[in-house]
Amino acid sequence: MAHATAETTAPPTPSPGAGESILSVNNIEVVYDDVILVLRGVSLEVPEGDIVTLLGPNGAGKTTTLKAISGLLRTENGEVTRGEVRFMGENIANMSPEQIVRKGIFQVMEGRRIVEDMTVVENLRLGAYTRKDGAAAIKRDLDMVLDYFPRLRERTGLAGYLSGGEQQMLAIGRAMMARPKLILLDEPSMGLAPLLVKEVFGIIRKLNQELGMTTLLVEQNAKMALGAASYGYIMESGKVVMDGSQADLLDNEDVKEFYLGGGGEHRKSFKNLKSYKRRKRWL
Amino acid sequence: MDLFFQLLINGIIVGTLYGVVAMCFVLIYKSTQVVNFAQGEFLLIGAWICWSILVQFEIPFVFGFLLTLAFMAALGIFIQMVVLRPMIGEPIISVIMVTIGLSIFMRAFSNWVFGQDTVGYPDVFGTSSVNIGGLQVQPAYLMSFVISLIIMAGFFYFFRYSRHGLAMRATAFNQQVAQSLGISVKQVFAMAWAISAMVSALAGVVVGMVNGVSSALSFIGIKVFPAVILGGLDSIVGAVVGGLIVGVLENMAEYVDGQFLHWGNMLTIAPFWVLIIILVVKPYGLFGTKDIERV
Repeated sequence: MAHATAETTAPPTPSPGAGESILSVNNIEVVYDDVILVLRGVSLEVPEGDIVTLLGPNGAGKTTTLKAISGLLRTENGEVTRGEVRFMGENIANMSPEQIVRKGIFQVMEGRRIVEDMTVVENLRLGAYTRKDGAAAIKRDLDMVLDYFPRLRERTGLAGYLSGGEQQMLAIGRAMMARPKLILLDEPSMGLAPLLVKEVFGIIRKLNQELGMTTLLVEQNAKMALGAASYGYIMESGKVVMDGSQADLLDNEDVKEFYLGGGGEHRKSFKNLKSYKRRKRWL
Repeated sequence: MDLFFQLLINGIIVGTLYGVVAMCFVLIYKSTQVVNFAQGEFLLIGAWICWSILVQFEIPFVFGFLLTLAFMAALGIFIQMVVLRPMIGEPIISVIMVTIGLSIFMRAFSNWVFGQDTVGYPDVFGTSSVNIGGLQVQPAYLMSFVISLIIMAGFFYFFRYSRHGLAMRATAFNQQVAQSLGISVKQVFAMAWAISAMVSALAGVVVGMVNGVSSALSFIGIKVFPAVILGGLDSIVGAVVGGLIVGVLENMAEYVDGQFLHWGNMLTIAPFWVLIIILVVKPYGLFGTKDIERV
């Protein structure tokens, strides 16, 4: 496996979809604790009104990319040391998460992270913390969110006792309460039963179609993610190694082989598959 | 039997006051993870400040009171920003030592500025006692009770319905989660200290009116520990219940001691005995939370 050439130039600027980019990440480099280089020049574009997905194996830097966008990197002693994150034309790299939420980017963190010792409604109202448009508008949105997730309406106890799927819905609902211009979803399928994964992705698609919610989606479940997204990026070892439209990626032999579990007629056993994978990595 | 009821009433009134101070303590612990050993000194400083505004500058009570609250809010924010913010990420024992140091400093400082003698508040109320169902109650006590109840209702409303209250609870739950929701953790910390200092000062003024102001006032801070630990360190409701229990208990102990035992000084010791017994049975306190786990 050839090691990446040092300090490669930025990958060709991809041009997903037709819409105007609301977010463009340009060749960012992220360092944790001043020494650990995690992202080595990541670029991506999210057009307004689209769902874009970021795929890749564990430790590729998908979550770090999201945190670089939302500013949560700072809470983990990380820093964008090069490149820029442009959101609606403004460079937001290294701003505090509070500022970035106010600008309209809301991250739903991995593992839901709802406030367990609060009720469903309190969690939802917390999502509207940064809003300034008055109690009536927030109440209206609260009703709207509960209409999208009718089963949350029945849950009056503490949110910590909800099922995993309900917690994920609550986390997405809480993000909707902030009325973000861009929502970052980190592994919404994690730890959920297949049926619930389907339901959650159905909701993500529905929100996108009905409310025009622009979404950047990080997933391990490539099949579901590519089913929902119009454009996808694939990351490995802190770099974007491939990108393309939904159709392109679904068609690509390597993607099929590595992420969709199909293709590769020459596969004999899982053991062979593993070594084959290692050889054929992009980097 | 009259004495019994008199002491019971005293216990409830003092207990609600303990409850209020215990809530302030829990507020800081819950939202900033700091065990504030200087809680009692907030009462002391607050009572002295209010006294000096009233007596030395002869400003009417209502304004003097409001001025005191404003000063204490500023003091709370100042202490949080200057003394405790640099301690974020340091071991818990260091933070505890800092608050103990703070408590010693504040007590010495008030002794230096205001002297060691007990001084009385000017008489705010016309009468020295009112009659309730045959029992004599000092109006300041009555006021303390009413104010305590108002503060408790205020806390309840604040944490259940207000935007900032929810933000504080979210911060107490997990700081990163709070930040991901757009909450400024620094602002929440400052707010917690400001509210805690303000409300403690209020309690200090009330106690000062009843007993006069002296450095003994900060002893209430020590009484509040059994209340807080009884209720569970992180439970606001527990703080109130713990406060009531300690208040009633010490007065009942006083009654039993005065009538039958004649051991002396039960008033101060009894709460700590009960504290030990309860902690043996329920180490998390009566209302302390263990983490929610889904099964």
